[in-house]
Amino acid sequence: MEPTPPGASYAAIERERGYLLRYAQLQLRDSVQAEDAVQETLLAAVEGAARFSGRSALRTWLTGILKHKIIDQFRRNGREQPLAAAGDERPEADIVDALFAGDGHWREFQSEWGDPATALENSRFWTAFELCAQRLPARTARVFMMREVMEMPTEEICQELNITATNCWVMLHRARLTLRECLDTTWFATPRR
Amino acid sequence: MIPSCRTASELLSQGQDRPLTLPEQFRLRTHLLICKRCRRFSRHLDFLRMAIRRYRDRE
Repeated sequence: MEPTPPGASYAAIERERGYLLRYAQLQLRDSVQAEDAVQETLLAAVEGAARFSGRSALRTWLTGILKHKIIDQFRRNGREQPLAAAGDERPEADIVDALFAGDGHWREFQSEWGDPATALENSRFWTAFELCAQRLPARTARVFMMREVMEMPTEEICQELNITATNCWVMLHRARLTLRECLDTTWFATPRR
Repeated sequence: MIPSCRTASELLSQGQDRPLTLPEQFRLRTHLLICKRCRRFSRHLDFLRMAIRRYRDRE
């Protein structure tokens, strides 16, 4: 016999709001749009609470709904103002070129980051992390967050954004290099606080 | 042929997004054996992935 689906309580759904907001904010980079996406998600969740089977974690279920809301928002944004028109990708390509010498060697020695787990325990590290993530150009950030926050496979990202796999890998590489450089400069290379 | 650091960094990054082919894995490993900078870069990439997920999931 099938067990009765336990459903999800309003309080339990509401408890995930902070997590969902952080998730949406990373992805949308706009607090109003993030609030809206989360609000719509919570509403859909409350309306469909009985459908929650309890087999997946509540957070996983809510995140699945939120992903759709975020992608809908991307599509609306894309219609209103295509990202390609933002023209913000060039400086970043220059940043990557600046990291390597003509023969393909690193220009600078990679500094040792020590035990990174220590940084993760420091709340000021997260401030630096947020600032660095915000500094990524919009299009690059979108691809990177789809990959790392939503954990979408590159094929899905390519399909959604209508770009080639190679383009996607180039953008992810740039995003990682840029983020690494920024964390290195603003956190790891500065004297320990 | 041993790839440059730039190519190695591309392979390290792509290794987080798709399975590398056997020749790519071989070239990358050969490079990493002799390149301390790229070994560090590889650890930094792992750290970035861990950090962003920790950021996302922290209470």
